[in-house]
Amino acid sequence: MSEKHLLVQSEGAGHGMEIDSISSGSPASPSPLGAQPMQLNGCRSFRSMLGSPDISLANNAYWGIPSRRWDANAWKRQSSSAEQLPVLMSLFGGEMSLLRSPLQPPSPGFSFDLTERNAVLGRLLEGSPPPRPVKTGTTISGMVFRDGVVLGADTRATSGDVVADKMCAKIHRISANMYCCGAGTAADTQKTTDLLASNLALFSLNSQRAPRVLMAASILQDTLYRYGGQIGAHLILGGVDYSGAHLYTVGPYGSVDKLPFVSMGSGSMAALGILEDRYKPNMEVEEAKVLVRDSVQAGIMGDLGSGSNVDLCVITAQAVDYIRPYQESQYTNGRNRKYKYPPGTTALLSEKVVPLRMELVTEAVQRMETH
Amino acid sequence: MWGILFYSVPVTGFCPHGSYGVQDTLRSGFSSVKNEILPSHPLELSEKNFQVNQEKMNFATVRNIQGLHAPLKLQMEYRAARQIQRLPFLQSSNLALDTLRNSDESIGFEDILNDPYQSELMGEPHMMTEYQLGLL
Repeated sequence: MSEKHLLVQSEGAGHGMEIDSISSGSPASPSPLGAQPMQLNGCRSFRSMLGSPDISLANNAYWGIPSRRWDANAWKRQSSSAEQLPVLMSLFGGEMSLLRSPLQPPSPGFSFDLTERNAVLGRLLEGSPPPRPVKTGTTISGMVFRDGVVLGADTRATSGDVVADKMCAKIHRISANMYCCGAGTAADTQKTTDLLASNLALFSLNSQRAPRVLMAASILQDTLYRYGGQIGAHLILGGVDYSGAHLYTVGPYGSVDKLPFVSMGSGSMAALGILEDRYKPNMEVEEAKVLVRDSVQAGIMGDLGSGSNVDLCVITAQAVDYIRPYQESQYTNGRNRKYKYPPGTTALLSEKVVPLRMELVTEAVQRMETH
Repeated sequence: MWGILFYSVPVTGFCPHGSYGVQDTLRSGFSSVKNEILPSHPLELSEKNFQVNQEKMNFATVRNIQGLHAPLKLQMEYRAARQIQRLPFLQSSNLALDTLRNSDESIGFEDILNDPYQSELMGEPHMMTEYQLGLL
């Protein structure tokens, strides 16, 4: 081990980094030997103020599920072995860690710098409500039939009580043989499915294999579990691989279910009623399409967050049929897209023609340089 | 293997980030003790330690299955790869480290959001180097 490893044991509890990995922004592995105390430039440290603090190694603890309102008192230790964990210094009997330091480069990934500012602004601007993200407030459903999978979705995106998009596409392409419907926050579903598609494309380029639906579901599960439900993506993933047709549903907290038929979104209850009533295993393709369309229609009729058209996606081992729209909304407002009126729309009352007489005044010829 | 880590905590008001010893509200935001000590978002700590914990879990699993030699050899390679770095205020490509971690074959939020290559701010070179070498 070089001497560099002996110095700097990370300033911060939150980092636990070795010096040679600071610029990479990623936490490092443990240092086997003790470290020297770090003094930041010109700062007084708690150690000097409190004498010898009670430094406890947080080991064998667990990380509780974070509640919606972050409560500083409801704070449990992280589980992992001691050597890599940042050492938490006890303060007022509790545990604390250093989170931000001007001497560290920004770490890539999510940045939580603005959450405090947002909380402060929210308190200051008590009157006006904060801006709301676009949610899809959806009905999505899917089912497995004899030759493959049928996925269906409506096309309405809402932002609060307003319809933000009448023709949004909720069925996202993951790979040639897999498609994923997304409900919840629109940006989250799009980003998550995009990342999944990219990762699967990289995998198939590297390994020369077509990805399995199970792999896609596992990747989604790992990603969403990692972010503890903060990414609001309720997904229905369906596809056909070498082992057959599969349909998975992944929740925002990382739960996965493998089912023959499923529906998600605000209109899922209505859609599920139709599916539960008429689903049979090994249906034919036309019957399956009609059933999925009926389930989405039930969501459109019974839920305010779903509406407009019905999109269908039929995935079989041979081909994918993305039908957009399968059924158009019967409640369009008949808006004319073109406002060009045919001649004769306005009645002609009278006509007067005045010829314009022109006189030739001068005539000049000018050569142009062309070469 | 259980090193005791000592460190100091800058207390708000004693060591503000601005000049003249006053908190620079425009650049570094409102100052509050809670802000600097406790996380303001439930995911803040878990995200900060995610890579570390993931590796730890993997090493522990490999150790249980294949014996102690396996994580030792792997960690040796990690430490060797981690030494290939530029100075702290510059961005390193971390190619060897990415290859070992298999993160060169996957895309996550850390590749898209808050890309250090496109950061608008740069760390102070002298301070960061001195901090890295432990001279600060």
